[in-house]
Amino acid sequence: MSGHSTYEPKSGFERWLDTRLPILRFANDTIVTFPTPKNLNYWYTFGGVLALMLGVQIVTGIILAMHYVPHVDMAFASVQRIKRDVNYGWLIQGLHANGASMFFLAVYLHMFRGLYYGSYKAPREVLWILGCVIYLLMIGTAFFGYVLPWGQMSFHGAVVITNLIGAIPMVGPSITTWLWGGFAVDDATLNRFFSLHYLLPFMIAGVVGLHIWALHVPGNSNPTGVNVSSAQDTVPFHPYYTVKDGFAISVFLLLYAAFVFYMPDALGDAANYVQANPLVTPAHIVPEWYLLPFYAILRAVPNKLMGVILMFGAIATLFVLPWLDTSKVRSMRYRPTARLYFLIFVLACIVLGFCGAHAPDDLVIPGVSGLQVGDANLNSFVWLSRIGALYYFAYFWVITPALGLFETPLPVPESISEPVLSHSAMTPAGAVASPEKRG
Amino acid sequence: MADTVVGATADLHVPGSSPVDGDDPNRRDFIHIAAGVAALGLVGGLAWPFIDQMNPAGDTLALASIEFDLGKVEAGQQVVVKWRGKPLFVRNRTPKEIQEAIKADGSDLRDPATDESRHKPGKAQWLILVGTCTHLGCVPTFGGGDYGGWFCPCHGSVYDTSGRIRKGPAPKNLEVPDYAFLSDTKVKIG
Repeated sequence: MSGHSTYEPKSGFERWLDTRLPILRFANDTIVTFPTPKNLNYWYTFGGVLALMLGVQIVTGIILAMHYVPHVDMAFASVQRIKRDVNYGWLIQGLHANGASMFFLAVYLHMFRGLYYGSYKAPREVLWILGCVIYLLMIGTAFFGYVLPWGQMSFHGAVVITNLIGAIPMVGPSITTWLWGGFAVDDATLNRFFSLHYLLPFMIAGVVGLHIWALHVPGNSNPTGVNVSSAQDTVPFHPYYTVKDGFAISVFLLLYAAFVFYMPDALGDAANYVQANPLVTPAHIVPEWYLLPFYAILRAVPNKLMGVILMFGAIATLFVLPWLDTSKVRSMRYRPTARLYFLIFVLACIVLGFCGAHAPDDLVIPGVSGLQVGDANLNSFVWLSRIGALYYFAYFWVITPALGLFETPLPVPESISEPVLSHSAMTPAGAVASPEKRG
Repeated sequence: MADTVVGATADLHVPGSSPVDGDDPNRRDFIHIAAGVAALGLVGGLAWPFIDQMNPAGDTLALASIEFDLGKVEAGQQVVVKWRGKPLFVRNRTPKEIQEAIKADGSDLRDPATDESRHKPGKAQWLILVGTCTHLGCVPTFGGGDYGGWFCPCHGSVYDTSGRIRKGPAPKNLEVPDYAFLSDTKVKIG
């Protein structure tokens, strides 16, 4: 799918430029004529949404950096000043803070899409790994960014996460001190986190470039998981997917706007409206919603080092997924058994998020106390997160490798067009089977 | 767009004769233009907040006026205060300086203004000026130059005892800010 070019310079200037810097040819081949499977559904629009969100976060972030002061005595007040005094600061700060949540919402849907349709399988392993790198960078960026408003949650979140590094035997404490630039999270830490928070999004943008490059070598996967076999299977990216992505982006922006304009603080934590105080920890420390599942995995283990290993292992697992999946069938559309385990996996992720938001010893079902087994109360969130974490790892390391060997998939269509054409008796009169042939 | 219509132009369309709705170029053009306008409206609507955020913020504007007690300034003395981030010259002029300034009213000034127009009525000794050269914003020093007023060290502009430009590259007189006497010895600037 790559390597071809149908670009024809239309004017003298375009011809002149094309022999010197074929940037218009590149743009044309990438976002105009790029042959895209004709059966992509709305789950495939989140790539476009994510590109937009990265742009929104970078633009609003650069603006916020014009007004923000990275100093322990002034950071909290400077964010309040942005919200109250800077012209439209309430809007720009609201777009940025809620934008992080929307960014993660979109990335999770994008990742679940990839898991369901087997988008990580050969020849798209590198594409998938680059996506995992982007996700890791996003987590880092979100963490550094959350520290900057210097509220109670910012500060103590930073303390807890940097102390995780201390779990590493021998060198852990030295690395933690190095990260802090002092004896605790303080001014030096805030300054370097601000610097890194500014840097990482540009690294994300760079890896996104590689991600799209790696996408455009084999081309998009598609809901059938069947390779594109002829030009009949594809449509040009523009206008088919520019319009489809555009519509999805519009709907996504409605949700985003609902948060920004009607409940700008709904996704944040009230404790972050109290200025950081190193002398008092809030009663209940939680990360933002998008990191809760990993936080639940961390707390599921009663050993500091093991908790840290499992938490990072949960993300590291994603990197090796292409080699854990033994199934030859890409799409779970034709894998009913795998589909069932996948849906349980999605549920497990949501349950883990739910667990991460509650104190470990709280009861899952209030008032029920009959689930005591020895010292363990199976009705507590810590036990629910253990079950969830167990399923999370089992799904990747046991179920996925085993399913490919033992399940019986449904018959896979010969081509992308086949399932569409077999329904042609139902298509209304006058509709054209190959819309790309019109005009 | 229009190339999907075979053998017909928009003019030939009679209401009700369009074979397939999607083939009517007017409808397609309308959708394209409406989508384009909506996208432009969104970008334009967002552009203003992103530009306006660089204008002075609410708290900056709230601190934009100051009060100053003139009682501290002796005759012949100049006090420099910071106002809106810039120096402000508050000068208690001697009768000699005032005389010189009035005498120069009739001469060939680059930025004509009478001395009377540069102070409040009946308060000729109090000259309040924004202390930045109207050339490129340096701070002139008092006592230099040939006119008994200010001299700008950057590019040699010379102002007289009324703060009017007399020589050098600056185009305008030193600016007189908006101010008002709250009492005989107190002024509010800005």
